[in-house]
Parts: sequence; structure tokens; C-alpha cells
Amino acid sequence: MAHQDAGNGSVATQSSGGGANAQNRIVNDFTIQIATVNGSGSQSANLVLLKGIFRMGIPVSGKNLFPSNIAGLPTWYTIRASKDGYLARKKEIDILIAMNAETAKEDILSLPAGGMAIYEETADLKQFRSDVDCYPVPFDKITAAVCPEAKLRKLVKNMIYVGVVAYLVDMDLAAVEAALRQQFAKKVKAADLNWGAVKAGYEYAEQTLARKSGYKLEPMNLTAGKIIIDGNAAAALGAIFAGCTVVPWYPITPSSSLVESFIEYAKKYRIEPDGKATFAIVQAEDELAAIGAVLGAGWAGARAMTASSGPGISLMAEFAGLGYYAELPGVIFDVQRTGPSTGMPTRNQQGDLLSVAFLSHGDTKHPMLIPGSVKECYEMALEAFDLAERLQTPVFVMSDLDLGMNNWMSEPFDYPEKPIDRGKVLGKEELEKLGGFARYKDVDGDGIGYRTLPGTDHPLAAYFTRGSGHNEKAQYTERPDDYIHNMERLAKKFETARSLVPRPEVVQTGKSKVGIIAFGTSDFGVRESRDQLRSEYKLETDYLRLRAFPFSREVHEFVASHERVYVVEQNRDAQMLSLLKLDLAAKEITKLQSVRHFNGLPLDARSVTDEIVTQEGI
Amino acid sequence: MATTTATPTPSAPAPKTNRLGLQVLDYRGGKTTLCAGCGHNAISERIIDSMYEMGVQPERVMKLSGIGCSSKSPAYFMSRSHSFNSVHGRMPAVATGALLANHTMKALAVSGDGDTASIGMGQFVHLLRRNLPIIYIVEDNGVYGLTKGQFSATADIGSKLKTGVVNDLPAIDLCSLAIEMGATFVGRSFSGDKKQLSAMMKAAIAHNGTALLDVISPCVTFNDHEGSTKSYKYMQEHDEPITEVGFVPHFQDIAVDYDPGTSYDVTMHDGSHLQLRKLHEEYNPTDRIGAVKQLMEAHAKGEVLTGVFYVETDKPSFTEMLNLVDEPLGQLTQDRVRPKKEVLDEVMNRLK
Repeated sequence: MAHQDAGNGSVATQSSGGGANAQNRIVNDFTIQIATVNGSGSQSANLVLLKGIFRMGIPVSGKNLFPSNIAGLPTWYTIRASKDGYLARKKEIDILIAMNAETAKEDILSLPAGGMAIYEETADLKQFRSDVDCYPVPFDKITAAVCPEAKLRKLVKNMIYVGVVAYLVDMDLAAVEAALRQQFAKKVKAADLNWGAVKAGYEYAEQTLARKSGYKLEPMNLTAGKIIIDGNAAAALGAIFAGCTVVPWYPITPSSSLVESFIEYAKKYRIEPDGKATFAIVQAEDELAAIGAVLGAGWAGARAMTASSGPGISLMAEFAGLGYYAELPGVIFDVQRTGPSTGMPTRNQQGDLLSVAFLSHGDTKHPMLIPGSVKECYEMALEAFDLAERLQTPVFVMSDLDLGMNNWMSEPFDYPEKPIDRGKVLGKEELEKLGGFARYKDVDGDGIGYRTLPGTDHPLAAYFTRGSGHNEKAQYTERPDDYIHNMERLAKKFETARSLVPRPEVVQTGKSKVGIIAFGTSDFGVRESRDQLRSEYKLETDYLRLRAFPFSREVHEFVASHERVYVVEQNRDAQMLSLLKLDLAAKEITKLQSVRHFNGLPLDARSVTDEIVTQEGI
Repeated sequence: MATTTATPTPSAPAPKTNRLGLQVLDYRGGKTTLCAGCGHNAISERIIDSMYEMGVQPERVMKLSGIGCSSKSPAYFMSRSHSFNSVHGRMPAVATGALLANHTMKALAVSGDGDTASIGMGQFVHLLRRNLPIIYIVEDNGVYGLTKGQFSATADIGSKLKTGVVNDLPAIDLCSLAIEMGATFVGRSFSGDKKQLSAMMKAAIAHNGTALLDVISPCVTFNDHEGSTKSYKYMQEHDEPITEVGFVPHFQDIAVDYDPGTSYDVTMHDGSHLQLRKLHEEYNPTDRIGAVKQLMEAHAKGEVLTGVFYVETDKPSFTEMLNLVDEPLGQLTQDRVRPKKEVLDEVMNRLK
């Protein structure tokens, strides 16, 4: 990580004014929280701030903490600028923009001493905190002056705070304007109006507010060439380039935008010159129908997918078992949210691991791919379709709300080099040569049989697909030997999956006795925590980031080569640790220790550090 | 099957073949494991006959079913067609997906009254609403066979189980429901009426859109006794054809006279002719509201109305509404489903 010459973290400097108060100058390392009301249209303003910081070359991440509500309830958006490139949620807020009168008192009370608060001047929040730098702003007055049209003022008002904070933290205005113009793209009039509001906020602050706090943004060069995208759009792009053709779905937060992004991209890039579509979207009556249609399409030869979250995944259980047993390809994105039941639909969790791994009754198990970044949402979407057809089984991609719905900076995505893998499918010519086939016969020793597609023009192409007991020839059977033979083959196929799913990412120094295993969005917090453990506690750790279930060889080796292994996950019941226990040798299991985080908020580094330090007895 | 092939000249020992040169044997399936005398077996026979007579290539047919006695039956006809015996009440979703993957196939669905009217009601109405191009046969016997004789939701109020239990809930009329939900070919028949069922099957094959056939199919083991309204005897006494059903396939060059005063001639999607001779004064197969009214009136009189109740030939089917490319989506090559690198570069540049 490149460092500014301002030094590591914060450097105390003498304040330039006549005042006696010494200040900390904190450069490119703080969090802004915008407290608003759901439905007030602050999202554009927040994105302009986020992308403005991004355009200054400073690593930045944004998180929307929103209620399950259309309008009226409090919403918080946090933007973290981090010169060290940390993208995880930071617990502490440094700068508050209090736009919600209802939560304003609570919001300002949550600031640390030395924090900074911007708020509507009539609110008089100063009375609650003398240790916070307060910047009252007459938002309505300024808005009215720049926005003659009354009905637009609610929206434009948000841009005023962009201008105010831009002045106070010394943002590059050209970067803010570029971000804003990109945001409004072709809507020049709207862009001009909003830019006017940003400038008005900036000018008001410049003329009226004395900069007291030391929070500053200075240009860096750490974001050049990078993109900003949310995980759901990234996954949708992956599905587009994977050649997905059939998408039956049922809307559910936080997965809806995955399919909606797919629709948007497909309408743009998957319509042929004659206007006809190379894709079919069906908004199904429920999630049972969505996965049923995915499997029907997979059976008939299409690359099909759906996206859902906990409650929808639960409904899919019966079909998931059919997909496993009748061996039907399909891709299911589970953008996880907080359960159980309806739970907290707009909050984060990695809580579906156990239920998805074994979704359905009987001896059923499913491969899961676990993206840990938006880039992996894209890449694993591509990979999931190949795996589903190669393995002839439903493949689940386990994203979560934090990854799926928030904006993340990333390296640009790479164009797929591998051709599409349609797996073992016999056509007319092969059938003619072979003189027939047995659908569920393990010809190659990998547990995967050969299939044919409906419509194959050969009298021996057809077979009978069923979720009831069947033999190699797909005939109904209740014979014990046939049943065992088939189930053992399916188990073998799952072993084959072990070597085909994405390998874990291993960061090993070879020196440490302590290992950490994490996955998905926990990665961001864990990376930062490892730095904290090293710099604050002199604790070196090795790290393995799981990217799939079933676990590949590297996972066993990693646990074997450490004395203690902390499994970090965002659920109450240590679900990934349970899956590991099922897979590891008895003597390895005792090495596993659990670090859990399940309050619905994205994982922060400090929570991991504190828990590991406690368990280590440091 | 757009073209008509010449019928080979029959020589004495040569087996009979259809316009594709296939024998009826080519449409047969495995040996049935249903009870002797089960109405479902007769329906399987009618499927075999009508597919054979219509000259449908078996490889161009997908058989789809849910769970139950009826849903097992696709194993007993057309072994040369791919078949999918799915989960209980969820065949419509599987069929929808399969047709999206390959909209060039003919889809034949077999379900039962439990599979459709109870556990599968949610998916059934949405299939109708979409006008999915599928022949949807409900083998309707009013009871659950595989679980040994519980009432289903099409059992008539007041009908009696063998054990003496009386059904005190009203029956769901799948035909009036289908008409209301948007199905474009709706009829009821009886497994014992070979002539009517064959003609309706063939018309369903010629139709483009959802063809719902509610076929009363007595369960000889659990629902063929005195007090049942789905028994052979009851049907023989209460079957009330609303129309006489005649069918002339598009590849048969037969001119048939009909009297517009007493008959309707419907030109089907493939050019075949469905000829419906009125047996009821008010019968009009293009009048949705009238059809529902007559179904309700007949039911009130204790009659089981059969025949084609409603036909609509110009409504686009679900796969047509989606404006898909001509080839099956599932068989498109990589160059048609994976956009070029320039597209990804363009998307990436916009995100910078």
C-alpha cells in the first residue's frame, strides 16, 4: 500500500488559526455517515460523494444500511475512505451528516469525541455534544435559492451536503463534478441543477464555516483503472457472458437487482439484429416455480438460473432434491440476508450455508460457490454455469446483501478465455455410433453419466427422468442394489466436484501457528483484522479464504499445518465450522475455533481482532 | 410437422404406417403398472392413437407429469419421447422451463386431479394464464389413488368414499377455471368415450396454446362404487355431450359438409379443422362467458357436461409473446449467447 507523506494514520499538527486548540490532521482515513430518511432521494448524492473520492484516487467503499420500507424510516449511508485500501465497514463514524431530524440526537451521540457533524441549523445539535465539531447549515434556505421548482427541492437538498462536506474535507471539486456528471449521464439539465446545488453548498461553507476538524482528503493514485459496481450487477454480467438463456425468478430482497441487472444487460447485448431475443425471462408465481422452470430448462438443454434469498431458498428445497437426484443442471444465486424466517430482509448474514449445502430431504448435497468480491461474483457466475452442466446438478452461488447491493471498487473484469463447457451431452451421431446409452451409467469413472436433450433426432435418444428410484437405464426401480449403486455414484460425483470447484485463496507465511479461515464478505474485515493483529498484538496469522463447498485438498492441508484455526463467519451457529467438522479428520476438528458476527451489519475488522485476541488470551 | 408425406401404398403383409412411415408400435411405451380397468390406461391408448394418426414424430414430443397414478402413465406410452416425471403439483413450472429451452417441441402434460386441483393449483392457474403451448391432460378420478382413496378437490359435494365418508366441500371445476384463467382450448371428456376423446386429443395436438383436457377417468379401486360421481356407471348415466366433436387433420384432403346453423367449423393453428355440431341450443365454443354459464348450469342439474367448451385460435402463446429467436434457446452456439469482448470493455469503461 502506498502511503501519503502525511505518515501512517494520523499526525498531530498545529492549527493555523489564532485559536489554541490543537488538532489531529487525518488524511484519507475516515468514515462519513449520512443519516437520511428512506425515500428522500439521497442515493444520488451519496454516490456522487463516493465516486468523487474514488476519482481522487483514494480507495473508498460505501454501504447502505436501509430499512425494509418504501419511505419514511431512517436510513444510513456510510462512506469509508481508506488510504490503506481497507474496504470493510468501520465501526466508528468520524463525520456525520445528520439529515434526519428524528434520529439526529441519537446520531450525534454516537460520534466519537473529535468527530464532526453537519446538520440543519434549526436542529441545534451542538447542545448534545460540546466535544464534536459542529457545522450547522441552513439547508432549506440554500436549496430554495438554487432550485426554483419546489417539488425538486427534496432531492436537490441532498446535493447541498455534498458541497458542504466537499469544502470541509477539502475535496477536489473537479472530481466531484465529474462524478456528478457521470451519475446523471445524458440528463444535462438535471446535472446542471444538481451541480449548482453542490456549488452553493460549497460556497456557503467556504464563506460561513470555519474549518475546525482535521479530516482531509488528498489525491492519491490507487484507483486508476478500477471500476465501481455492485455484486448483483457483477453476477448478472457473469451470467450474460456465460450464455445464460432462461431466467425464471421471483422478486425478493436483496436478490431482485441481480435479475433486473440481467434483464437490462440482456436487452442491450443479447438481442439479435432481427430484434429477437436469445434469452427468456419469466417472473414466476413463486420460488417453487422459479427453480422448477430452471430445472425444466436445464433438462431441455438451456443454461438457466434464478436468484433468491433465504425464504425463497427454503421454498426451493423439494426441487433442489429433484435436481440432485435426477441430475439436472441449474444455477441458483442465494443473495443471503438475515434470517431465520423473514428475519431482517435488508440486513446482512452468511446464514444459509448449512441449509443450502443439504437443501432437501434424504441424502442430498449441493456444490456452493462463495464469491468474496464483486469480481468473483462475475467470475463465479461464469464458472457456475460450466460446473452445473459439467456436474449435471444444481449449483448455488452464495453471495450476500453486503456484496450484492453495495457498491465496491474492483479491478475491471476479464473476458472469459475458456469456451462454454456444456458437459457430457450425446447427439444424434454419437448415439448412432454407440447404439444407445444408459443415462445414469458411470462410463468415465467420475460419477457423471451422459445425457441427451429432448428433440435429439434419434429413436434411442429418449430417457425417462424421474425423482423416484431409478437404475442406470433410468428405469423405475426399488431394488436395494440398484438404489445403493446409484447413491454411491452420486457420492462419487460429489467427490469429483471437490476437484472442479474454485480452489481456496491461501495466504501463508509458514511461520504462524495460528490460521484464520473466512469466506465471502468476511474477507474484507479479516484482511484488515490480520493487519491489526500484527501491528497491535504482534500476532502473525495465516489465512485461507474458502471459495467453494465441497472443500478441496488445500483446506485440509491448511488446518493440518496450524495449531489453532479461527473460522470467521457471519451467523450465530458457526455454520461453516460445522461443514468443516463433517469433512475433517477427528484430530483436526479440535483445532477449530469460532469467531461469529451476526448483528445484521457487515463484518468490521475490530470485532474480529477483539474476539481473536480474547480467545488467544493476549 | 408442416409437410405432408405421401402415404405408402399398402401391400398385403406390410404393417400399417402413418404419414411419417411410423407404425403404431413406434408410439407405444412400457407395460402399465396401473390397475386393470383404470381409466388412465384408456387415455394412454388414446394418446398413442392420436399421436400416431396425427403423424407427430415421437422425438419431437416432451412428456411431462407431476406425481400420482396419472403422472406415472407417461412411462406407458411413447417411449421414443423424452419424459420428465417431476414433483407433486409442480409440473407446470418444469414444463414452462423446458418449453423456454426448446419452444420448437410439442409438450404433452399428464396430471391428476390431486396433482392439479390441490397441491398444484398455484402453478396450474399460472400456466393457464400464460397460455403456455402445451396439451395438459387431467386424468380426473376424484380421489388420491397412490395414498389409497382420499377425496381430491374435484370430488363432487355429497359423493361418497368406499368407507362411507361423504364429501361436504364443493368440487373445483377445472374447465370453467381454465376458461377464466385464459386457456385457449378447453374441453372435458370421459376415458370410456373413445370417439370423443380421440377427436379432442387430435384437436389439442393441432392447437397452439394451452389445451386443457379434463378427462373423467374412473378409479376402479377406490372410486367406482355406488355413491361416487366419478364411476363408470355414473358417467354412463350422466355424461351430457354439449357437442359432437369431429376432427379433420390438415394433411387429409376430405371435404366435409357442415351446416353453419347447427355446427361450428374451427380452423386450427396447423390448418386442421375442428368441427363441432351443437347438441345444446346455446352452445358457442367462442363465447367464454356462455361456456362458463353452461358448465355451471349443467353442474347444478347433476349433468357432467363433455365436449369442447371453448376454443380461441388467434391468441399468441407464451413462447410467441417472448419474441425468441427461431432456434431452441438451449441449442444456441457460443457466438450467439456470449457477447464479444468489446461489449465487456464498453461496460467496464462506463463503470470507471
